[in-house]
Amino acid sequence: MSSELKTEKDFKKAPGRLRPVRGTREQAILHISLFLLILAGIMIAGSRIPSGSIYVDLEQISQPPSLKHLFGTDWVGRDMLTRTMKGLSLSIWVGIICSLASTLTAALFGILAPTLGGRADALVSWLVDLTLSVPHTILIILISIACGGGFRGIVAGVAATHWTSLTRVIRAEVLRINTSEYVRASRQFGKSRRYIARNHLLPHVIPQMVVGTVLVFPHAILHEASITFLGFGLPPHEPAIGVILSESMKYLTSGQWWLAFFPGLCLIMVSVMVSALGRSLERILNPATAYKK
Amino acid sequence: MRLEAKDICYAYQKGRPVLSHVNFGIESGEAVGLTAPSGYGKSTLGKILAGYLTPQSGTVSIDGKTREDTGYNPVQLIFQHPEKAVNPRWKMKRILNEAWNPPEEMIRSMGIEQDWMNRWPSELSGGELQRFCVLRALSPRTRFLIADEMTTMLDMITQAQIWNEVRKHAERENMGIVVISHEKHLLERLCGRIVRLDG
Repeated sequence: MSSELKTEKDFKKAPGRLRPVRGTREQAILHISLFLLILAGIMIAGSRIPSGSIYVDLEQISQPPSLKHLFGTDWVGRDMLTRTMKGLSLSIWVGIICSLASTLTAALFGILAPTLGGRADALVSWLVDLTLSVPHTILIILISIACGGGFRGIVAGVAATHWTSLTRVIRAEVLRINTSEYVRASRQFGKSRRYIARNHLLPHVIPQMVVGTVLVFPHAILHEASITFLGFGLPPHEPAIGVILSESMKYLTSGQWWLAFFPGLCLIMVSVMVSALGRSLERILNPATAYKK
Repeated sequence: MRLEAKDICYAYQKGRPVLSHVNFGIESGEAVGLTAPSGYGKSTLGKILAGYLTPQSGTVSIDGKTREDTGYNPVQLIFQHPEKAVNPRWKMKRILNEAWNPPEEMIRSMGIEQDWMNRWPSELSGGELQRFCVLRALSPRTRFLIADEMTTMLDMITQAQIWNEVRKHAERENMGIVVISHEKHLLERLCGRIVRLDG
């Protein structure tokens, strides 16, 4: 047994090994950089497209997908690929702002509640329950309208509803670590509260926050799209995915499937990609899984 | 130096005391065994001595003085499960050096290999982890060590190795040890005096 292990080790150390060792870490880093590249590509492409390039071309109306128009054109001849890219980059912006805002809220509540304890803790738990007890969609619509609609309204609505689950996770984590044996041992070694917070608490909470931010992102953009689809989100002149999808509903019955298919597929792909990115990040940030082969 | 617990009462539930009016004392340099069947409050007394629990009545004192809440506790408790007593996100080197920097020869005679220092706790076995937990508590500032079933889950050879080192250190530094255990033979071997909580 031991000689077997030794030969395997030697084999890995040997120069010019037969195949590269690809562990969780290498794989996850590969995934993350690939996905980040794609997302950055969409954002840059979307922001560099001048709004003039989405023009009405009545000679090209309702073209099915072709080499000239990869995603086809709509009922006034606008190129669907350009509109989709523009919409996606807008969605990604909404997603980034919303998940950052949610994480900040969650970190604030999740750390303060167990630290202050007592009434503050009960209040935070009550706020989480209250927010979770109202269906998300309705709450987002209400907040969005109250904030005057548009980009600002939708961001406020989504951010105000997506901090709850992460708050619970962080609060539970802080409680668990503060009562753990290694923190109690640390206190017996005479370490200060500040030392413990910095060295024991944060290394657990920060990875949770990073992963939480990434995992809230797909929820945020899907909610943004669905609220916009229902007509309460971004205004109709913006090339948002929700707007594209709701407009295409009228033309689906006449067989223009590409109007909804490609933008919808892109939206789903972006959410799946970001969620996979979050899970890869989770794997490499956790020492128990980071070095698995 | 004398660590003394006077008239300790402790109950986890009201009306069902685990310890009632218990007295216990230990001189530095002494090794005292503490034994009783399960549920008689051995570990509870250990935690009270180390300041992890506050008794409902009674006092714990060192040379007549009660301990301050901050600063290094001269009474250190070692847990039975080392995997819970180390931060899973710290590497072994950092865990070992949290309280003090143990000299090279103590690390070696504890059986800790240099190769383990750069690993995460999840990559070491229970016996290997326990060596770290014991050694990090053996700072010269530790005057009394409470070993609560410290080696119960380890094999005989590891047990002997760890206890040998702890005893040598205790003699050198004139440290007192409270050995909490079910094992009669271990207690008879290590301790000059055995206290039974059920007696």
